[in-house]
Amino acid sequence: MAYEASMTEATLAGSPFVVRGLTVAYDAEAVVQDVDMTVSAGSMTAIIGPNGAGKSTLLKAALGIVRPLAGAARFWDAPLAQSRRRIAYVPQRASVDWDFPTRVIDVVLMGLYQELGLFRRLSARHKQAAMACLERVGMQDFAERQIGQLSGGQQQRVFLARALAQGADLYLLDEPFAGVDAATEAAIIAVLKSLRDEGRTVVAVHHDLSTVAQYFDHVFVINRHRVAEGPVVEAFTQTTLDAAYGGRVRLSD
Amino acid sequence: MGFEFVALSLPPLVIGVFAAMACALPGNFLLLRRQALIGDAISHVVLPGIVVAFLVTGVIAAIPMMIGAAGAALISVLLIEAVRRYGKVEPGAAMGVVFTAMFAAGVLLLEQSDTSSVHLDVEHALYGNLESLIWLDAVGWASLVDWQALVLLPPELLRMVITFAGIAVLTLLFWRPMALSTFDEGFARSLGLPTGMIGLGIVAMAALAAVAAFDAVGSIIVIAMFICPPATARLMTNRLGHQVVWSLFFAALSAVLGYVLAGYGPLWLGASDSVSAAGMIATVSGLLLGGAALFAPHRQS
Repeated sequence: MAYEASMTEATLAGSPFVVRGLTVAYDAEAVVQDVDMTVSAGSMTAIIGPNGAGKSTLLKAALGIVRPLAGAARFWDAPLAQSRRRIAYVPQRASVDWDFPTRVIDVVLMGLYQELGLFRRLSARHKQAAMACLERVGMQDFAERQIGQLSGGQQQRVFLARALAQGADLYLLDEPFAGVDAATEAAIIAVLKSLRDEGRTVVAVHHDLSTVAQYFDHVFVINRHRVAEGPVVEAFTQTTLDAAYGGRVRLSD
Repeated sequence: MGFEFVALSLPPLVIGVFAAMACALPGNFLLLRRQALIGDAISHVVLPGIVVAFLVTGVIAAIPMMIGAAGAALISVLLIEAVRRYGKVEPGAAMGVVFTAMFAAGVLLLEQSDTSSVHLDVEHALYGNLESLIWLDAVGWASLVDWQALVLLPPELLRMVITFAGIAVLTLLFWRPMALSTFDEGFARSLGLPTGMIGLGIVAMAALAAVAAFDAVGSIIVIAMFICPPATARLMTNRLGHQVVWSLFFAALSAVLGYVLAGYGPLWLGASDSVSAAGMIATVSGLLLGGAALFAPHRQS
């Protein structure tokens, strides 16, 4: 494919996130099959594909959350174990129990775990850092609330604030816009774009094809196999969508 | 009064309180992980393990009992996994099948073996022998500072205190990873935390509490304390640390109230005999949960 030929060895070596030969199976069924992916540094990449195409599984396997059958991910040309402190992961909101007895600020402070470890005392500086992250997503007034009292959009923003607290260079988000209100969607995309403008790299599993071109500059199209990848103008075409979705979706413009 | 209380009531009270707290502490995490039934399962499978340990060694002693119980727990985990995988049964049902079957097997073993020489029978397995854990060498409050009397305290007391202290220290040490991986396992794994080991560690702590408490207080208290005090505590607060402290308070309160009510309640009501302390402690813990469900501050969400 054309974009692959244009990809130099330099971009490969400098990539914050490279996947090679990744295969993941649940029971006997392969949900991700021999997938290669190369994320450009400083890009905003949407992972798109139909339901059950392996989008979330791709991220989880890359992060070692599920065990792949074959293949692995490398980050800045180093294995995962050496790169964890530079990676922030935002799981699907629905993956946790929001009735858990904890406050908003405590969730954000979890993002400082790498720094705090088992014993380091929480200082005023840590709390200020967490509050600054909450401010960045517009949730500073909710710091003392129990997380179960938040709306879905507010919960998603708290998850993003926790990722911000990690101070990572690579942000991997699983469906950050699923079930959130329009105001939250705008707030989240503004934060993600500001991260990109700071030179960080953002990869998000995304399901709303109508906003791909508006929000992202790169796209990775998957339906168990890799279908296409590259800049939105090159890889987000009717041809690649037909290949991934079996002709069930049309690009509106 | 002094002698009677110190010799007859104080040791079982203290043992009851520490047994209840040792079970309630890991119970908080089991409850939040929606694994509360695992505590139930462990306290059931302990029985065949202890009976086998007795059949092999011929004595009722702490170490072989612990080994037997640990072996039974291990077998049960493998069996649950096997039933789930090969029987295509959902995890809750697989657990239910395995622990009831193993408990029943324990009862059969117990009936068939000659345990007349020792204090081990089906009743003991259910309610323990809290009332019989007395300290006849005590002469009054002064005995609490008398070393020679202290070493003759029921051995269950020291065992229970050490078990609780061990679980408390481990919980404090690993508080952050335990809380983090209980709330959001995916995120915890992305940080590189060994979430499988943490989950196993929590179950192991619960197993330790169950085995240590089983002999002294029986499985009824163990099952109740894994679930009731943490569930009651959850209704009192929206913060994990506060919940754990509340759960220890409710566990201790259940033990004290239950013990006193079992001993004196029937007399107050005009009956002549006291009732089982274990049964009363578990009942009180259930009543506390009921009260919290009706009146506690954080029951809405």
